[in-house]
Amino acid sequence: MIWNHKDLISIQNLEREEIENILEMATSFKEISTREIKKVPTLRGKTVVLLFYEPSTRTKLSFEIAAKRLSADTVSLSVSGSSFEKGETIMDATRNVMAMAPDCIIIRYPYAGTPERLGKALPCSVINAGDGFHEHPTQALLDMYSIKERFGRLDGLNIAIVGDIMHSRVARSNVYGMKKLGAKVVLVAPRTLLPVGVEAWGVEVSSDFDPIIPDMDIIMMLRVQRERMKQCFFSDEREYTVFYGLDMPRIKKMKPDAIIMHPGPFNRGVEITGDIAYSPRSVIFRQVENGVAVRMTLLYLYLGGAHVD
Amino acid sequence: MWIKSARIVDPGQQLDFTGNIHIEKGKIKAVEKASSPMPGTMHEEVIDARGLWVFPGIIDMHAHLREPGYEYKEDVYTGSLAAAAGGVTTVVCMANTEPINDNPSVTKYILDKAEEAGLVRILPAGAVTKGQEGKVLSEMGLMKKAGIVAVSDDGKPVEDTSIMRRALEYAATFGLLLISHCEDRRLSEAGVMNEGALSSELGLPGIPSAAEEVMVARDTIISSYTSCPVHITHVSTQGSLEIIRNAKAKGIKVSCDVTPHHLLLDETRLYDYDTNAKMYPPLRTGADRKALLQGLASGVIDVIASDHAPHARDEKDLDFDVAPFGAIGLQTLLPAVLRLHFDYGLGLMQVLSLVTVNPARLLGIDGGTLKPGSRADITIVDPSTNWTLSEDMIMSKSKNSPFLGETFRGEVVYTICNGQIVYRKNGI
Repeated sequence: MIWNHKDLISIQNLEREEIENILEMATSFKEISTREIKKVPTLRGKTVVLLFYEPSTRTKLSFEIAAKRLSADTVSLSVSGSSFEKGETIMDATRNVMAMAPDCIIIRYPYAGTPERLGKALPCSVINAGDGFHEHPTQALLDMYSIKERFGRLDGLNIAIVGDIMHSRVARSNVYGMKKLGAKVVLVAPRTLLPVGVEAWGVEVSSDFDPIIPDMDIIMMLRVQRERMKQCFFSDEREYTVFYGLDMPRIKKMKPDAIIMHPGPFNRGVEITGDIAYSPRSVIFRQVENGVAVRMTLLYLYLGGAHVD
Repeated sequence: MWIKSARIVDPGQQLDFTGNIHIEKGKIKAVEKASSPMPGTMHEEVIDARGLWVFPGIIDMHAHLREPGYEYKEDVYTGSLAAAAGGVTTVVCMANTEPINDNPSVTKYILDKAEEAGLVRILPAGAVTKGQEGKVLSEMGLMKKAGIVAVSDDGKPVEDTSIMRRALEYAATFGLLLISHCEDRRLSEAGVMNEGALSSELGLPGIPSAAEEVMVARDTIISSYTSCPVHITHVSTQGSLEIIRNAKAKGIKVSCDVTPHHLLLDETRLYDYDTNAKMYPPLRTGADRKALLQGLASGVIDVIASDHAPHARDEKDLDFDVAPFGAIGLQTLLPAVLRLHFDYGLGLMQVLSLVTVNPARLLGIDGGTLKPGSRADITIVDPSTNWTLSEDMIMSKSKNSPFLGETFRGEVVYTICNGQIVYRKNGI
């Protein structure tokens, strides 16, 4: 397959067919992780730099394992806060990184738009591992992969995304991707946590969780950050849980084959109860596992022979 | 000096004809139709202005020249160069310098720098409150004696409504126009662009239109209550304009200006996260822009002002969220005004009045007209030239223009201030 993108910044910029190709290829990459020797020489000699300006466990680990299984060299740099807080521009910071002649920079950044600007300025591939409230395309791809793995398709599925939509890059990337693949998406949140102008996304929006539960094939819970409470987006955790938390009584109203997802990390007892995360309906840990395969696919596409300029 | 055979357009006198202008001792001596006989002028400079348009020198009533304190962004001299190159002969410079222009010594310092530069007329605005902290009124009277023509805490609102009331009354005491930056800071919070579907899509924190409108409403109510005039600067939303229209209809002494960028650009300019298009107020929706254009046509808008806000490249190179607000505009003010005429069908006389006679009247200053006896501040443009803005033609120290790469019709060929040619296009 010919891959025409230098950077992966957003799901919005991918065509349906491209997303489907990624998901299809991921299955063969997943097989590599089941081998006794979990390594192929595909990206030998390539250098991948991970620049994480925000804390991350899963995403960073997942990218690093993905790169190593493809034999790429990885260098990882974790910085707390933005380069601005350290008194340099992001361009200064990356100019240093460019001296290492990387083939790809994977960047997580607290502010929207910076990965896109970097991609335009740098000759190497830039993969967005989450920027501000903008997008987190690789998370959406692994979520869609996990759905497809369970249901064989996204077309016609009903998917609810519940929680802090306003501040969620995962929600944005998933909405764009899921819609492109034909799913019907409902966003559920109190009015204070719904982005202004959300109607333009072409999704259903509801502030009432219970009535929609029986129709859903997938319920994706988003992490609720405690600091939002102080910023007056909701009253307290107790009230939030009553209206928007996923607990046993709500689970019982779900379709028999419906599944539960969460991009992690989850707040036990707030948006989800601990036992539910480990229930058979939960694909939360499959999401993590699939993340490696999807990211191997992406590294292959953006760094491998499939890329043309 | 004579300017010969030009199309002369002066909204102040409602003149639009082909003729000659005679300048003597820094004043306009005569403006006459071309049919009038030309006296012997062997010893005087003659500008042959056939095919050119001649306007009163442009007045920009809202600019930041950054001196003292932020000379790495701009200073009075480079700001003057930019103004002259843009056909602007009078610049009102805002008080948010370091130190803040809240006392007559800072005012005098700026005026000394302006005299040293010796290009265009620089008229400082003083701060409304000391340190622009919104707490104690500044020395408006003493600053007026030193040369300020208006007061403004621009960059910040006067948050405390009771201080705002006293400030309007105090400014009126000295006959100073209060220029109000309308922003409810609690509502605009950490926002960096217009709040709406696009900010949600781009993942950037939004500034609601309501953050501007609640303050516009407040200011018009206080103005009405005190019978003191207020000038709302850089109006950007349909709602603000509606409030101002209604207030004017009720006879409230409110006036307003808009910027060229709010008239010619909208928020979709931000798709590539270009920090040169990050300013306060933010670029708004297409509907807001349309309403502003209608506001020009209907006359609700009194003035177009640049809000020239230079920032160094290092600052604009930062992440969109943290890069400073502001765009330069002294050199694109008149080109934008001409575009409103050429591309948006607005009358030349009408759009010119917004950058000449109207700001002069509001500020109570001379200039802004070609009436005999006035200051000889004159801008001459070639209406047939198309040109494209590039960084190398920007005379400001900072290059943060949202119009880089845009083509404009109509080029400044001469700028005359106080009877002296302060800008002459290369090759002329």
